[in-house]
Amino acid sequence: MEEIVPDKSINIKGLVCPYTFVKAKLAIESLEIGQILEILLDSEEASRNIPKSMEDHGQKMLKAEKVNETDWILQIKKVKD
Amino acid sequence: MDFNDEQLLRYSRHIILPEVGGKGQEKIINAKVVIIGAGGLGCPVGYYLTAAGVGTIALVDNDTVEMSNLQRQIAHSVNTLGMPKVESAQRTFKALNPEVNIIPMKIRLSKDNILDVIRDYDIVVDGSDNFPTRYLVNDACVMTGKPLVSGAILRFEGQITAIIPGDGPCYRCLFEEPPPPGLVPSCQEAGVLGVLPGVIGGLQATEVLKLILGKGEVLKGELLIYNALKTTFRKVKIPRNPSCPVCGENPSITELIDYNEGYCSTA
Repeated sequence: MEEIVPDKSINIKGLVCPYTFVKAKLAIESLEIGQILEILLDSEEASRNIPKSMEDHGQKMLKAEKVNETDWILQIKKVKD
Repeated sequence: MDFNDEQLLRYSRHIILPEVGGKGQEKIINAKVVIIGAGGLGCPVGYYLTAAGVGTIALVDNDTVEMSNLQRQIAHSVNTLGMPKVESAQRTFKALNPEVNIIPMKIRLSKDNILDVIRDYDIVVDGSDNFPTRYLVNDACVMTGKPLVSGAILRFEGQITAIIPGDGPCYRCLFEEPPPPGLVPSCQEAGVLGVLPGVIGGLQATEVLKLILGKGEVLKGELLIYNALKTTFRKVKIPRNPSCPVCGENPSITELIDYNEGYCSTA
């Protein structure tokens, strides 16, 4: 499968809800429609909540993956302003 | 815009809302609102708009804080008795959100100063307690094209409407002239439930934020009436009056008017 190259990457390790989503949402807002955001985080709760909230807001989740003992990587495509 | 850490925390519950977001919060931070009256209505309106982060808020009131105000005017306190209301409220609002620019104007509004007072602001809020001011603010907003969020309270009943000049009726479409002095009692004569301005002021602040954000349906062309005893809200449609003396096709009122004589203005 082809590797997705994000247009923007943010590291929100150390943050907890709701600031994880606040940071993610501001990052999505700064993108153009069709662009992809990648998020590195270490909050288990946020790894579940951010994808759900992003989909509630009409964005498309491409990936939500645990990459090691502590971290997750999310990829979100902006499909709505 | 780039929010600093404090702003990120303070406005997080706004930023999370799809209808607000970072862009909406930026609009709120850049907005300028002038509030006429720092009393029952002006206190909650100013308080909530300060909390919301409205960048510049001007307060217009000529009175000083009295003990009889404290039953409903929540920005004032026993520590500010005798102080101009605009300074008392400024002190309270600054403590809530120091980054908001609060501009106190201790003046009595008149036809000679109102245009200067509202000139630099995007939205006008009327929280005044008397008909001369209500009509003066309405006419000035119609003449300058400024959105006006008007509220009024008496006893157990309050009402609110938004006047968007050129897009819906104005206050004079509803009542062409102020009632004669003495016909409608003031809060001072008739009383007012202390929490009532909190309800109506909260609704006014909500309409202001919707106007700033450009979201939702603004309460224009309608009067929303709240009855606290019955716990009812009802909406009354206000048609635009084509022969309205100020916003009609051939306005007869083209200059501002001070209706001074005989009106109570201390409630």
